Amino acid sequence: MTDRLALSLTINGRDYPIWVEPRRTLADAIRDDCGQTGTHVGCEHGVCGACTVIVDGEPVRSCLMFAVQAAGRSIRTVEGLAQGGVLHPLQRAFMAHHGLQCGFCTPGFLMLIVGVLEREPDIELDPLLDVLASNLCRCTGYQNIIKAVRAAAAEMRSTRS
Amino acid sequence: MIGRSLERLEDRPLLLGRGRFAADVSFGGQLAMRVVRSAHAHAKLLNIDVNAARALPGVHAVWTAADTRGIPPIDVRLTLRAGLKPYRQSVLASAEVRYVGEPIAAVFAEDAYVAEDAAELVRVEVEDLPVVLDAAAQPSEFAPGLTTAATSVRKGYGDIDAAFAAAHAVVALELAIGRHSAVPIETRGAIARYDVVRDMLELYGAAKVPHWNRDQIARMLGRDPSSVQLYEGHVGGGFGVRGELYPEDVLVCAAALRLRRPVKWIEDRREHLIAANHSREQLHRVRAAIARDGRILALDDEFFHDQGAYIRTHGATVPDLAAAMLGGPYRVPAYRVEGHLRLTNKTPAGTYRAPGRFETTFVRERLLDAIACRIGIDRIEVRRRNLIACTEMPYPRALETLGTPVVLDSGDYAGLLDAALAHIGWQALAARLTARRAAGEMVGAGVAMFVEKSGLGPFEDVEITVDLDGEVEVVTGAASLGQGIETAIAQICGATLGVDYRTVRVIHGQTDRIARGLGAFASRATVMTGEATRLAAEKLRAMALQAAAALMQQPLATLDLADGLIVSTAQPGPSMKLGALAGALRAGGPSLGCPEGLCARASFHTDHMTYPYGVHIAVARVDPETGEVVLERFLLAYDVGRAVNPRLVEGQLAGGFAQGLGGALLEEFCYDPRGEPVTVTLADYLMPTAREVPMLEIVLTQDAPSPLNPLGLKGAGEGGANAVGAAIAAAIDEAIGRPGAVTRLPVTPQRLKAILAAIAHESQAAVKEPSC
Repeated sequence: MTDRLALSLTINGRDYPIWVEPRRTLADAIRDDCGQTGTHVGCEHGVCGACTVIVDGEPVRSCLMFAVQAAGRSIRTVEGLAQGGVLHPLQRAFMAHHGLQCGFCTPGFLMLIVGVLEREPDIELDPLLDVLASNLCRCTGYQNIIKAVRAAAAEMRSTRS
Repeated sequence: MIGRSLERLEDRPLLLGRGRFAADVSFGGQLAMRVVRSAHAHAKLLNIDVNAARALPGVHAVWTAADTRGIPPIDVRLTLRAGLKPYRQSVLASAEVRYVGEPIAAVFAEDAYVAEDAAELVRVEVEDLPVVLDAAAQPSEFAPGLTTAATSVRKGYGDIDAAFAAAHAVVALELAIGRHSAVPIETRGAIARYDVVRDMLELYGAAKVPHWNRDQIARMLGRDPSSVQLYEGHVGGGFGVRGELYPEDVLVCAAALRLRRPVKWIEDRREHLIAANHSREQLHRVRAAIARDGRILALDDEFFHDQGAYIRTHGATVPDLAAAMLGGPYRVPAYRVEGHLRLTNKTPAGTYRAPGRFETTFVRERLLDAIACRIGIDRIEVRRRNLIACTEMPYPRALETLGTPVVLDSGDYAGLLDAALAHIGWQALAARLTARRAAGEMVGAGVAMFVEKSGLGPFEDVEITVDLDGEVEVVTGAASLGQGIETAIAQICGATLGVDYRTVRVIHGQTDRIARGLGAFASRATVMTGEATRLAAEKLRAMALQAAAALMQQPLATLDLADGLIVSTAQPGPSMKLGALAGALRAGGPSLGCPEGLCARASFHTDHMTYPYGVHIAVARVDPETGEVVLERFLLAYDVGRAVNPRLVEGQLAGGFAQGLGGALLEEFCYDPRGEPVTVTLADYLMPTAREVPMLEIVLTQDAPSPLNPLGLKGAGEGGANAVGAAIAAAIDEAIGRPGAVTRLPVTPQRLKAILAAIAHESQAAVKEPSC
């Protein structure tokens, strides 16, 4: 055990002052210290991607980052996607295309995809598959996730233009 | 409403990040449990020193087997056969450890990080013992007076010896299926708390079979079942593995009782891969006696099932299903299967999606291809000649499994084969593949057929209550594993009762809400709970209309219930909201024997399973340099009897397909010669990603509704996985031009390279005809 540090995490625009050990993962801090349990932990070794959140605009595995590394940076989690009860286009598309079953991997996929589509709204299918292949889903077989992402990307492009 | 691809009721909270999975459940003052696991595959436990762990600040207790002595081993839930009891697992190992990952001690600490620190301080002294890693080897000693040959499953009928004696030819194969498991993305978790005021033990993180687990936990801890309640929250995938009663579930309950603090255990991924049930690993030696035209006269199969270190809750279920389902959709006049359940020093095994069928479909369909090759006829034709005709339905097999006689209830197997071939354009496809092979590509197609089983009884209950605001609550003893059962049940309830399915709230997996329930496994939930729901909703609708007729002073025949409103068909006429009717009844209107006002209960009983069926067609390309198999196309044809929500059925098929693909090409638990597992991260156990799964073509038919329930329902959970290994194996054979080349799943790049090297070696020695 090591001494705890006082730091502040900024999640979805809100500051959470926390007091944690330096070894505490960002995923555990988000979930247990800040109470935002929408971010899920599936493997703790950076393979499944269930814990993906967006830090300063980049999708990251929050199980591979220490909370202390995220102090003062902008963290976005699945809880911040819907605005005033209105679902994000990607959330709507997942529902319309049956892109989730058990829903455990879903927050990680949503944050991965939102992070990518915000940077590359016109991403082609092939590089998109490379991106999606960085997370694991055990229920859907992925095809409905791909359909949902393409539908959401089209909608996000049309509202932008 | 039944038959429409409506949006799921489950989705919104899951998409918003408001799910309540096991790890999301926390209670004030809770302790974290960490399990100390064996690092040895087989060893005598000499000494466990917990002093250093116990001395660590923040550690509340450290338990070894001495602390759990009064707790009996975990019992068998399904397919208990004589002689299996001595092989059951205790919650903590006492004298011996039998697999890497076996619980030895449990640490309870203020925080999960501290608990892990303390677990590393537990010193375990052992004396290594010889390990058994081959289920087909000669049995050895398990314990004094017991061997590793726990039991053998024998099934059969007909005069097998006469059939082989009279056969035109005998085709014999040796085939193996690797060790796989479900590996859901959520690991297991269990949170127990004891409420001293109510003398109530509560377990959160329950799944699959909460009522059975409740009764077992009560028995094991010496409590009355009414003083133990299990609560299912969101469940991050089940597929057979999750929700069985494991040592950790019992440990958190025992600790919550004894330590008087809530106790939370969340499995980590390495633990999951070595502690949760494995499945599948079998070696088959199968023989077919065949007639001159390729018809099967008899099947004779001996197989070895690698059970791992202990008998868990599934007992002999997997070998039993394998032995019963080997025949698939074909006529088999004489049949003999002997499956040996053998203990080894690996993680114990249980069921995984399509248990016993993924394995035997691979065996049977490899055999059909070999028969076609031997007789010199087309592989589609050999199947046609052996398929059971729809005029022969219902077709009794003279076999039993899971306590039910195998009677194929309905099916047009040849019709579905035709539909699948037509959809993929089989003739043109075959011509294109032939041309591509002639041009030097290694590409081929494979076909595999199967019969699934679903809707296992014997019962399920449903209670439906109408709230005062018209919302409808359906309570069932079934469980959700993320498959969409709430939506399917709401659709059946809504359609039958006459309300919007979005006003139906489905409660499942809560032992304090319904007296009994069998849960969600064996593709049973939509069939069993669905039919119970239909029965209860029909009853409720009749009661509502009758009560409304009295209150509205209208003739019963003129009343209808639609969209939550009781309306008079006489124009213009009065109407009444269903919620208002419930209110009037609760306030003392005509009593319907229900204190809540408007409610109904129903049970559905059945002694028979339903049998859906399917056809899988794979088109695969082999890269001879890397040994990689790329699936170019995959068609999945499936008859579900009646689809409550076709999109959800297709979702089940697609998900099952991806898991089948993993089992066919990628996934395998491997051990080194000392029994050390080498597949302990998700970088070792390779599950398909979006890159490996091709766009699936689905032909969903409803040509053979089950005669065993009025809606005609059959299950959808397992047909997606069933024949993937078989179809891909056949496609690889054709791609590399060697019938029968694939004898083992998964076909990893290393194995395929070895097959190709052997072929190259042979062809250098002499140009040989394909042998089969």
